[in-house]
Amino acid sequence: MMKKILLTALTAVVLLLSACGSDQVTLQVFNWGEFNHPDIGRMFEEEYGIAVIIQHYATNQEMYARLVHQGGDFDVLFPSDYMIERLILENRLAPLNWDNIPNIFYLHPYFETLPFDPQRTYHVPYKWGMFGIIYNTTMVHDPVYSWSILWNDDYAGQIYMYDAARCTLGVALKLLGYSHNTRDITELHAARDLLLEQRNRGLVRAFQGDLIRDSMIAGGAALATIYSGCAWWMMGENTDLNFAIPVEGTQFFVDAMVIPATSTRQAEAEKFINFMMRPDIALLNAEWIGYSTTNRAVLDMLPDYWRNSQVYWPTDEVFARGDMFRDLGDFRQEYYDAFMMVLVGG
Amino acid sequence: MKKLFAYPYIVWMAIFIAAPLLLVFYYSVTATDALGNTYFTLANFRRFFSPFSPDMVQPFHERIFVVVALRSLRLALQSTLICFVLGYPVAYIMTRKEYSEKSVLLFMLLAPMWMNFLLRTYAWLTILERNGLINNLLGRLGLPMFDILYTDAAVLLGMVYNFLPFMILPIYTSLKKQDPKLVEAAQDLGAGQLGVFLRVVFPLSIPGVVSGITMVFMPAAATFIIPHLLGGRQYFLLGSLVEMQFLNIGDWHFGSAVAVIMMMMMVVSMVVLSFFDKGGENHGRGTVI
Amino acid sequence: MSLHKAVKKLYLGLILFFLYAPILVLMVFSFNASRSRGNWEGFTLDWYRVLFNDPQIARALRNTLFVGVSSTVIATTIGTLAAVGIDKLKRGSKTIVMGISRIPVMMPDIVTGLSLMVLYLFIIRTLGVGRMGMGTLLLSHVMFNVPYVILSVTPKLRQLDANLYEAALDLGATPLRAFVQVILPEIWPGVVTGAMLAFTLSIDDFMVSFFTTGAGVQNLSILIFSMARRGVQPQINALSTLMFLAILAMLFLIHWRDKRSEKRLKERMGL
Repeated sequence: MMKKILLTALTAVVLLLSACGSDQVTLQVFNWGEFNHPDIGRMFEEEYGIAVIIQHYATNQEMYARLVHQGGDFDVLFPSDYMIERLILENRLAPLNWDNIPNIFYLHPYFETLPFDPQRTYHVPYKWGMFGIIYNTTMVHDPVYSWSILWNDDYAGQIYMYDAARCTLGVALKLLGYSHNTRDITELHAARDLLLEQRNRGLVRAFQGDLIRDSMIAGGAALATIYSGCAWWMMGENTDLNFAIPVEGTQFFVDAMVIPATSTRQAEAEKFINFMMRPDIALLNAEWIGYSTTNRAVLDMLPDYWRNSQVYWPTDEVFARGDMFRDLGDFRQEYYDAFMMVLVGG
Repeated sequence: MKKLFAYPYIVWMAIFIAAPLLLVFYYSVTATDALGNTYFTLANFRRFFSPFSPDMVQPFHERIFVVVALRSLRLALQSTLICFVLGYPVAYIMTRKEYSEKSVLLFMLLAPMWMNFLLRTYAWLTILERNGLINNLLGRLGLPMFDILYTDAAVLLGMVYNFLPFMILPIYTSLKKQDPKLVEAAQDLGAGQLGVFLRVVFPLSIPGVVSGITMVFMPAAATFIIPHLLGGRQYFLLGSLVEMQFLNIGDWHFGSAVAVIMMMMMVVSMVVLSFFDKGGENHGRGTVI
Repeated sequence: MSLHKAVKKLYLGLILFFLYAPILVLMVFSFNASRSRGNWEGFTLDWYRVLFNDPQIARALRNTLFVGVSSTVIATTIGTLAAVGIDKLKRGSKTIVMGISRIPVMMPDIVTGLSLMVLYLFIIRTLGVGRMGMGTLLLSHVMFNVPYVILSVTPKLRQLDANLYEAALDLGATPLRAFVQVILPEIWPGVVTGAMLAFTLSIDDFMVSFFTTGAGVQNLSILIFSMARRGVQPQINALSTLMFLAILAMLFLIHWRDKRSEKRLKERMGL
């Protein structure tokens, strides 16, 4: 008797779950917070009659958890290079049908061949940037060219570090002269200890994500590690801010549009990706987000001071300081653990 | 006949209250090996209480997750204490003659809770920032800077701010219920104002205080938003740990173990508090509104 | 004595100031011309215009209200019936059922949220159908609301005269009619309190929603959280200003009506 009731109830729950899960044809787009122009969804819908719901995430890991652990029903994602590499290795992406994406014609030659998907089977690059240091010129009197300034006691309590394991460990690894893709545990632990030392010496004001932006604009700290695209936008808001890419080397990243293998609306998703690559739309996005574009037509349309900026479009010499994060495989957990130790302190 | 209404509810309870907790417990005592086989283990709990990596020798209280747990407990206790010290007088004043007719006061105390909790916490950033509102004001007055953002003082402030009403309201309810004749009787018997308060009013309000404590302590120990926004993630608490395991790293087994530890803390604190609260009128948040 | 009163007044004033300071800040910043929280660049009403043209916020608001209203209706129904049923149980089983019902009230939100997520994903994986989304979000809200309804209705049931129902049956009423016409009016205030509580909790919830929603379903608090990490956009401040004022107005209205009906009642009773 009890069993029967339980079974009926369970079936009812499942029916309710599936009934509300997916009904009409709506594209589910999962992007970084604020990294598309707010009108994009409506414009696409008006043009193609396909509704779009755009949701946001804050980290690659959150996107992965929502997609994989929670079985999220998404159609277009915007993960970073190393995350795409992981998704490809785990067979979670659908190969793209290029007939539906003619606007790939506008892809800038820089991004034709990228190490995480060399044949460009699964991705369309969307934006790119480099990790560096933003600083307030009224507060920082030393030249900023090296990560080591983040360990300078003159700026104790005035430094924001980025709230992401790989970025922040990457800074310490580069400063130590190691690769930010190292799988050597002693190298990683040396980086961890360097960050712990930085924290224990009272240098770090906080580990923050994008909240750094508002605070730096308001003059809340002297130095912060941040991505070039954010820095470019912040420099527009506060002219005291400047951005440097350290000589020890840094992360160069590309975020790209991909379609998960679980998507049941691949043709529509490809239409959306094509739409995002169309120069007028890509320009709208590029100007909104401040991150460097991957679209050569857009690069030509942007104002001169954008194109000529060392922050928006670095020279080859500066560009060469960057290299990409690679997927770490089983070693991933070590990075999480090391960074957790830094966050907890002690 | 009416008893029949209870059975569907018992099924509901089994599915939505018991089953989820049992599943969390199940995850906490299992692990998955490289081949995807699940096996029974206590490793998740052992990991919580062990040094961070096998090469480290650490005294118990310096082990990373123990540090997190102790820090959560300390901040939760401190914020509960501050809420009590700040909140009791408010509840007391509200029941005094000159205010007891003004239900608008009660209403004003409740109204902020209808503003989204995240936004209210977020607004504190604007207020406390180094160039924020307080420091702007202090600067104009030529006073030194007041920089507490990203310290445990800011985390405490966030907790007290968010949970203070949950302390005031149950105390207010229990004070309000007291028969004024008791106070008069005590006064007739020659007790002074302080004596009346200590011997009559306060002891009778203890159920409210207990209810207030439970409603501040547990949410404070479990929050991850407040340390995240106001602590600059340097005040990593148990809630942050759970969130990170489930929504970032994806280690459900360890995350569940931390959740089980949190629930055990809850049970222990409730048992302790139940010694003070013989009346058993603990309705949790229900007493608030 | 007047000093005493002044101290009390000052103290209450300070506490209220503490509680309202961030809200005032939010409201003021909804009129800030800059997109950044860092700068004050003058007064504007632009964000209110942006707000009404933002499909994402509109959808999130719709979801919030939909989940709020439906979970309140469902939870109030389940909770009221359950309370009636529990009331008739034997003493022992009653204590157990009430004890378990109280768990979600005492449990930290984050544990409620993650344990429900684990349950849903377990069911979905075992049976291979369904997805997390609006369905799971709604179920979760019903789940954490039901106990509050039960806890509000139970005290009213205790005050109820057990003979009323029997008398109605003796007079030939069907059990359903007896319930609707005799019991329900008696426990109605408890039902209303429970429903209001449920609605408030549902609207304000973040943690449980965060864990149990799925692709494409965002309510206001999830949206705000995803923004909070990127810098809250001023149109959200505009929205919360409007919502706060609306709720304030509504509550004042209720309060004022209560006052008036109280007065009328007193008059009628010749007081």
